Amino acid sequence: MANKSPDDQDKGLGRREVLECMVWAGTGVLWTISGGVPHSVGLIGEAAAAESTTGFTFLQMSDSHIGFDKKANPDALGTLREAVAKVKAMPTKPSFIIHTGDITHLSKPAEFDDSDKVFGETGVQMHWIPGEHDIIDEERGKAYLERYGKGAKGAGWYSFDDHGIHFIGLVNVVDLKGGGLGTLGAEQLAWLEADLKDKSNSTPIVVFAHIPLYVLYKEWGWGTEDGQRALDLLKRFGSVTVLNGHIHQLAQKVEGNMTFHTALSTAFPQPAPGSAPSPGPMVVPADQLRSKLGLSTVTVMQGNKPLAFVDKTLAG
Amino acid sequence: MRSLVSHLRLAAARFTPGRAVLVAMLMGPIVGALLAFGTVAAEEAKDANVVTIDNFVFTPPELTVAVGTTVKWVNHDDIPHTVVDKNKAFRSKALDTDDAYSFTFASAGTYDYFCGLHPHMQGKIIVK
Repeated sequence: MANKSPDDQDKGLGRREVLECMVWAGTGVLWTISGGVPHSVGLIGEAAAAESTTGFTFLQMSDSHIGFDKKANPDALGTLREAVAKVKAMPTKPSFIIHTGDITHLSKPAEFDDSDKVFGETGVQMHWIPGEHDIIDEERGKAYLERYGKGAKGAGWYSFDDHGIHFIGLVNVVDLKGGGLGTLGAEQLAWLEADLKDKSNSTPIVVFAHIPLYVLYKEWGWGTEDGQRALDLLKRFGSVTVLNGHIHQLAQKVEGNMTFHTALSTAFPQPAPGSAPSPGPMVVPADQLRSKLGLSTVTVMQGNKPLAFVDKTLAG
Repeated sequence: MRSLVSHLRLAAARFTPGRAVLVAMLMGPIVGALLAFGTVAAEEAKDANVVTIDNFVFTPPELTVAVGTTVKWVNHDDIPHTVVDKNKAFRSKALDTDDAYSFTFASAGTYDYFCGLHPHMQGKIIVK
């Protein structure tokens, strides 16, 4: 913020800037969604976070990159352990954790072993989908499916119901085409159509996939080629929440009844779209790293209230 | 001037192998420097069949080689990449930082390839 010109200051802060500042301050922002538009209802501290867990709560964790040890974070397993410690310290246990992919960095058996061990310490049920880093073993995804794909279809997609919400885990990191973006593929889209067929329009839907389902930044491949086809199938529902990872930073968007949310990584930050030569790991001063990493709490209020997101960094 | 000559001699000695050093010392720094340039050019020619990956970009993006040439890809990023031919002629395993992959092109043609993890990264090998 110190580099701002007087002109910039006159214009005030955009929502994105406010969000960034708050993350830097090591706090979370409580988002509620009403009338299809999320608005911040203020900063939250530990006390407010505890209060918000009176409804049904689940967590989104993402991009753990177990095994990553480069300059941007020499100990990604260590920061994951810190995130898990925060989960264990929560006054009310979340119902489950959705991991939106890139659990491991290189799909190595030892990295999956560490995942089992560290996420196992939460004592909370896990729901997984793979990121592109989870399917780069020699047999291209076998290691992931053997661990976390039990009962899933195809490359690991599935759905389940909890507290009246229909949850759908999609895989958009397999068989990517040159020059393209993330891909769901015809088989998965046909499955999705069938999966939604008997659901009434009033069923709240939560969809989660690794790469953002909409095109967030094409130049860096941040989007899904046929994501719109999935979103078209979801249009008729009154409440759709889409959770993604992959970009290692917070991004929110609302379109009609759909809310899109990407979570922070627990391993390393990535630059804002177009702000660096490439989307590679962003090196920040060591004392600022934890303010760029974190996890998200999603609370579903009882009755007809909207979902609330609380993004918390590891610095808080 | 004396110190400049000795500096050039040192430079020549640093960059040229045994025989060139001997020649440089006998014939003076100018010939030595010329030989040094020759050596550098030869090394660049050897590197001509290497594609590097930096900042999610294949460099050079397009490379023309003769049939039978082995092309080597080296990943300098902190993120793994793969090298995948669009028509499935070759596919590397995941290349972690500083890992390399080589493929020998036995037949002529144009090979469009991309990174299987970040498919917006694309390159081309033309084999003549």
